[in-house]
Amino acid sequence: MAKAKKQLIKMADGTYYEANRTSTGKYFKQHIWLYLLLLPGLIYMILFRYVPMGGLVIAFKDYSPFKGLWGSDWVGFANFTKFFSNNDFSKLLINTLGISLLQLVLYFPAPIILSLFLNEVRHNAYKRVVQTLVYIPHFVSWVIIASLTYQLFNVTDGVFNVLYKAMTGSTFDILSKASTFWGLIVGQDIWRETGYGTIVFLAALSGVDQELYEAAKVDGAGRWRLMWHITLPAIRGTIIMMLILRVGGILNTGYEQIFLMRNDLNIARAEVFDTYIYTKGIKNGMYSFSSAVGMFKSVVGMIMVMLADRVAKWFGESGLY
Amino acid sequence: MAKTNVKSGIKVQKSVGDKIVDVIIYLVLGIIAISTILPFLYVFAGSFATEKELTEKAFFIIPSVWSLNAYKYAIKTANILRGLKNSILLTAAGTTLCMLFSLTFAYPLSKAHFRGRNFVMNLVIITMLFSGGMIPSFIVYKAYGLYDTYWALILPGLISPFNMIIIKKFFQGLPVELDEASYMDGANDLQIFTKVALPLSKPVIASISLFYGVGFWNDYFGSMIYLQTAEKFPIQIQLRSIILQSSTIVDNMVNDFDINGTPPDKAVKMACTVIATVPILCVYPFVQKYFTKGVMVGAVKG
Repeated sequence: MAKAKKQLIKMADGTYYEANRTSTGKYFKQHIWLYLLLLPGLIYMILFRYVPMGGLVIAFKDYSPFKGLWGSDWVGFANFTKFFSNNDFSKLLINTLGISLLQLVLYFPAPIILSLFLNEVRHNAYKRVVQTLVYIPHFVSWVIIASLTYQLFNVTDGVFNVLYKAMTGSTFDILSKASTFWGLIVGQDIWRETGYGTIVFLAALSGVDQELYEAAKVDGAGRWRLMWHITLPAIRGTIIMMLILRVGGILNTGYEQIFLMRNDLNIARAEVFDTYIYTKGIKNGMYSFSSAVGMFKSVVGMIMVMLADRVAKWFGESGLY
Repeated sequence: MAKTNVKSGIKVQKSVGDKIVDVIIYLVLGIIAISTILPFLYVFAGSFATEKELTEKAFFIIPSVWSLNAYKYAIKTANILRGLKNSILLTAAGTTLCMLFSLTFAYPLSKAHFRGRNFVMNLVIITMLFSGGMIPSFIVYKAYGLYDTYWALILPGLISPFNMIIIKKFFQGLPVELDEASYMDGANDLQIFTKVALPLSKPVIASISLFYGVGFWNDYFGSMIYLQTAEKFPIQIQLRSIILQSSTIVDNMVNDFDINGTPPDKAVKMACTVIATVPILCVYPFVQKYFTKGVMVGAVKG
């Protein structure tokens, strides 16, 4: 790699066989266009990614719009202690972890299983049709999915309830019950993302040498042994990587979906960190307090990703970065 | 995936049990595919049906009487058309700007010899691990004067680190010899970028444009936080308010409109859902062959 790097620089200034590294000034002059191309993006990164990070100082202040970001009074960790001693904290933690763990148990294996099924299909046209159809919901907005869910499951005229009533005589209101909320959210996730989630696993499987299967078949291996000894090991790395990402994002339940599906009746199970930050911060104007909540979430999220990554490396996988 | 086509010389006889398992797999996949698409078909059919049929029948995918009433109403209220126009504008402008910034940012970083590469990549990776979060961003963007403008929806996501890395990996896959030959011909980096690298990058441009475009088209939360003027609301916000509208409000608005005297409340909701979904589904088939590749590039670590 290092050799190619040197060689290319040599190419640029025309002195083909010179072994010395070009000086920084000279390099900069030769590749001025690369730096000019990078510049707009770099300015963007600073203004729109790093300045908001600096804006996190308001988590340690009592922010008032009149005094401004810098003029507001410092309060130390008061916003954090207020949040942790609050009754809301345990409620938020339970709801967020509840939804995330349910996703981990029910949603996470779904794309893996679907990929294994698709991998067994030898009829290529059929496989393509199934793939095309199951990818579609991923591209549809949460508003539309919420609207479809409402039209299918509402108590008055939703298809599900009309059929349910015909069979049992009563209705079942999934949309406005606290006890069904987690299931509703994870159900929507499974419906929306399972198909699209197969892409990474199928990509890993497309790299498997077909001769391995043939050789194993000749040795008398059946379908299950092929799956166990060839297919699953081939996607092991991808499964672990996906698991890291999911564990790392355990506090990210996503606000759009939950925000759209919650209502006054199911709110007890529907308030998660993201929706809480929105309600307290943007709706109620408690900027400093909700920034502290957001910061807690970001820091825990970062630690989780790093830990998961470390664990994966420990198990001999390549990890994320 | 082409590899599955390779026919081997050795033929292994399938047992009866194997064939049964095959049938089950095909059936299960068929059921999964149908259950994915069925809600769309139902809403599509319902949007063309009469309100009478919708209240009488629990489920159908072909209406017995076709009617355009729901669409006429949806269009007559004008909001949905305005929302559609706003969304198209936002998506087109947003996607173009995002691609411009992401491509130019990714190109220098794809060069192994680029000095400062590691530093900039670390800056990018930090933003993937940690962010200011919703409230500090809100305050900062508001201070920039972006509140109640489309810029507040476009600028914060101008370069998605994830998409940028996919583009960068694609550029890295282009043969180095192309650069060398172009340098020999006296071309500078800008010329190589626009005349050599970009024309070769159609697959990644197509798939990443789709990702950005879908993001803008589907955005709801951003518009809800940052937009205040009703005239600026995109389609998702309009659709949401129509779905939440209680039928009595729709009744009052519709009574003088519907010829049968039955307000097409349910059908209107379905029609609006269809109007908001169709543009995405129209683009999807053209880009599908590219995005699987795009996601795969992103999935392979490098």
